[in-house]
Amino acid sequence: MEFLLQLVLNGVVTGSIYSLVALGFVVIYKSTGVLNFAQGEFMMLGAYVCLALAVEYHLPFAAAFGVTIVFMAVLGILTERLVLRPMIGEPIISLIMVTLGLSAVLKGVVQAIWGTDLRPFPNIFPAEPVQLGPLPVSQGYLYSTASVALLLVVFTLFFKFTRAGIAMRATAFSQQVALSMGISVQRIFALAWSIAAVVSAIGGVLLAGVRGGLDAALALFGLKVIPVVILGGLDSIGGAIVGGLVMGILENLAGGYVDPLVGGGAKEVAPFIVLVLILTVKPYGLFGKVKIERV
Amino acid sequence: MRCGDFRESYAEDMAIFESALPRWLLALFLVGLLSVPAFATTYWLDVLNRIFIAIIAATGLNIVTGFTGLISLGTAAFLAVGGYATAALAGKANLPFPVVIPLAGLITAAVGLVFGVPSLRLKGLYLAVATLAAHYVVEFTVTHWDSMTGGVNGISVPAARLGALSLGDDRKIYFLVLALLVGLLFFAKNLFRTKVGKAFVAIRDQDISAEVMGVNVFRYKLLAFAVSSFYIGVAGALLAYQARIISPENFPITVAIDYLGMVIIGGLGSILGSIFGAVFITLLPELLRLANDSVAAHWPAAMGLFAPFKSIVFGLVVVLFLVFEPDGMAARWQHVKNYWKLYPFSY
Repeated sequence: MEFLLQLVLNGVVTGSIYSLVALGFVVIYKSTGVLNFAQGEFMMLGAYVCLALAVEYHLPFAAAFGVTIVFMAVLGILTERLVLRPMIGEPIISLIMVTLGLSAVLKGVVQAIWGTDLRPFPNIFPAEPVQLGPLPVSQGYLYSTASVALLLVVFTLFFKFTRAGIAMRATAFSQQVALSMGISVQRIFALAWSIAAVVSAIGGVLLAGVRGGLDAALALFGLKVIPVVILGGLDSIGGAIVGGLVMGILENLAGGYVDPLVGGGAKEVAPFIVLVLILTVKPYGLFGKVKIERV
Repeated sequence: MRCGDFRESYAEDMAIFESALPRWLLALFLVGLLSVPAFATTYWLDVLNRIFIAIIAATGLNIVTGFTGLISLGTAAFLAVGGYATAALAGKANLPFPVVIPLAGLITAAVGLVFGVPSLRLKGLYLAVATLAAHYVVEFTVTHWDSMTGGVNGISVPAARLGALSLGDDRKIYFLVLALLVGLLFFAKNLFRTKVGKAFVAIRDQDISAEVMGVNVFRYKLLAFAVSSFYIGVAGALLAYQARIISPENFPITVAIDYLGMVIIGGLGSILGSIFGAVFITLLPELLRLANDSVAAHWPAAMGLFAPFKSIVFGLVVVLFLVFEPDGMAARWQHVKNYWKLYPFSY
């Protein structure tokens, strides 16, 4: 029983970070129709920039984190302007490939500057665990999950009540209508990319903080978020949150119970098996908008 | 002098060669390729073999992605299936290569059919994601089916043999690879002059109209997956025979991305494009290595920068091609040819 609880708890922690990164995917997909395969590289880059500022330039962690967010927001806008803007109207395969190309560039840049060795990440959370019911829980887990929850609430409110958020939803609904209402769709695209870059960077920093170390493997997290967004539905923010938690828990359960039977690796492959099942049964996910089309 | 296209019959319109000259040039080029092992070094033979194998696999991917419009991120997985099938058939069952290579292709085609089934309901982005899942499922299987695949340590593959003939090194296997390459390219080029090939293209251009016009969309989509996986399976078999040892490390997701890069840079929906793309993307790291080595002679720190450098250049090339020449190298080649056709009176 305690083992099960521990697995579920770990699942919620990873799952909450999945939700955050999935939010980035969904924001881009909803407004621009692009699935960003470079999301994992955004996470990695954000975490490395934060680490470099905090360790090599001796900034206090909060300042380093703030600078990272500004940097990622600018990077998101630049990516949209230089790489994605010329691709408007191109077939979907070009859109997929251009983000894959972008991810290769970012991966190379990070490797060239910081190498491939595992680097210790500064202890941003207090080390001693707290007792939560029967389980000792590290404070990092709590803080990470709490900050993700806070961010998700902030973003939900942003999309519901602010002008920019409503403009983004209008653009997602129909670009033509949005244009005729005086919304600058280009600016919305740029905003979507910078939001996605920022949330992935925050996800990257949290993940590196929870794990206590950082290396290029962090980028793989981006590919693992794809089953999450498919489960939740590519264009549903609520779906991203639910999908993240479900996938995190499921992955940890598979890791705990199936791994001993098959000798490891089940944790990595389980989300993808679920992905195939979802795609055959419910291709638009739990909360996605169903496009009826017979082929 | 020819000053335009004069196609006065359907036969002329379908012809691959517009005149006799390109046919002779191609024949001459093939003779040239046949004589390469007489003077090339082992290193360049290895590179050439890898280029030829990449062309076969890229043509396979182009059949499903470029001609039928089904985006596949499963190339690395299919290469792995072909490679491991070869390891099992040649190593454990001890069969000669004329049996092993087609069988490896057929096994991969069967696996491709299974992963093609989601294309019944999915297309575009969702299909790409489904094939991504297929990649991870295959990767998991080959790393964990130890008795068959040797797990993470990999498995060694015997030399391709037929009776007393054994193709143990790059110089000998070169002819086998070249023969298969020519045969498969010939088949692919002609496939798109038949009903089946035209059905593929119809599905890519508009699947609903294809259905209306009497193309059984699901059957032809599956067929496209099967043909494509057969090509990639044969490429995987040759890869196994050439490298003589395969392990899961040979087939990471980046390989699938490289192949997608090849068909996009070369030209989607063009056999010539697959050739250009495969040559370019396979040569790129080799040329970068040469450049890097000469820089490293003066500045030793460059040695460690090769991997990131390669990744950056690959990504940049893909992005720049997509932004500035979305139709790929094949289209650029066509522009060049058209320009020279009427030189100096083109306008």
